[in-house]
Amino acid sequence: MRCSRCRDAAVLELRRYRAAYCGTCLVAHCERQVERAIAEHGMLARGERIGVAVSGGKDSLALWDLLARGGWETVGIHLQLGIGDYSRHSAALTRTFAAERDLELVEVDLTEEVGAAVPALVEGGQRSPCGACGLSKRYLLNKVAREEGLTVLATGHNLDDEAAVLLGNVLTWSTGDLGRQAPVLPHTSGFARRVKPLVRLSERETAAYCVVRAIDYVVEECPMAAGNRHLAHKAALDALEARSPGTKATFYQGYLRQAFPVFHPIAKRDLVLATCEDCGSPTTGTRCAFCRMTERTRRRASEPTPSVTPRARRPSRLRSSPAAEAR
Amino acid sequence: MRILLRNPNREVELEGPLSVREVLRRVGVAPEGVLVIRGDTLLTSDVRLEDADRVEVRPVISGGAA
Repeated sequence: MRCSRCRDAAVLELRRYRAAYCGTCLVAHCERQVERAIAEHGMLARGERIGVAVSGGKDSLALWDLLARGGWETVGIHLQLGIGDYSRHSAALTRTFAAERDLELVEVDLTEEVGAAVPALVEGGQRSPCGACGLSKRYLLNKVAREEGLTVLATGHNLDDEAAVLLGNVLTWSTGDLGRQAPVLPHTSGFARRVKPLVRLSERETAAYCVVRAIDYVVEECPMAAGNRHLAHKAALDALEARSPGTKATFYQGYLRQAFPVFHPIAKRDLVLATCEDCGSPTTGTRCAFCRMTERTRRRASEPTPSVTPRARRPSRLRSSPAAEAR
Repeated sequence: MRILLRNPNREVELEGPLSVREVLRRVGVAPEGVLVIRGDTLLTSDVRLEDADRVEVRPVISGGAA
């Protein structure tokens, strides 16, 4: 098979585009898609320091690589979530990636921050593993952004992720979520701006990008994610995509053009944000969901400490990069 | 040829020559859901594999948390 652009030997076929690319043209294609997403949605401004949420998986490492090579000023933020060997392996690959490229990396340990890792939060709470994990990530990333003075956080959500979340929101008619599922979540009081520069790339493209760019990423699936609803939605969309290539992109991009403008004003009208009385994060109630979850976990562990809140703990940080130490 | 399938890891031995497309059909994997890698090179579905080849069939879905 030949590359549709340069006629060299192809390494990846993309049925959605009725095209195949060689390694060089695949990298150029990924760069173009990210540049286009950034420009289309006004995600980033030159001169901004961008916090990149980096798990050690293909999407976040591809994102960090693409942004750094594109000349954006980045700092990686890796959250150690305490999921055994999986988390240790993820942290090791993230450190290697940053060190090899001399990129600044901030690491935050969930256990040292709040006294419990994701498995304990799941046992002590009422949330699914992915729910507890997602909540912890949102809380910690936002906290790091505030403390590091970052105005924007970039995450590695790709087209498959966004299409699967959209399917879940449509299946349950979650009108609030349907009004918020944008590639850019604007800055609000206490929340850094969130951007998703990979929304035009499928996970097949980000995985292939990593292989071509010799990026060593975590290939294993999270042991706590097995059987979650999000993966079922992905599988359903995969089946549709196999029959009709381009379905996911049409579904998601059509939503952004036609449905988001309808749902967004409703979501905006219905969302009233207050400040969490424990940690100061934005919340729709008096205490944020993360503080409620960690308190349940502490109660379960019989820790005698209603006074020890996440706010009272000093963040546990590791920072690597000679450049950062000199700052 | 030896085929390393991931998540969970297991190995399958097949007799060549076979195209990548045929290998995926025989191991029951949807082509769009995986990358096929020989050494550090991605292979398209028309590439012919020989008995001496060793390839990895890597799902494009991975991670989920860290």
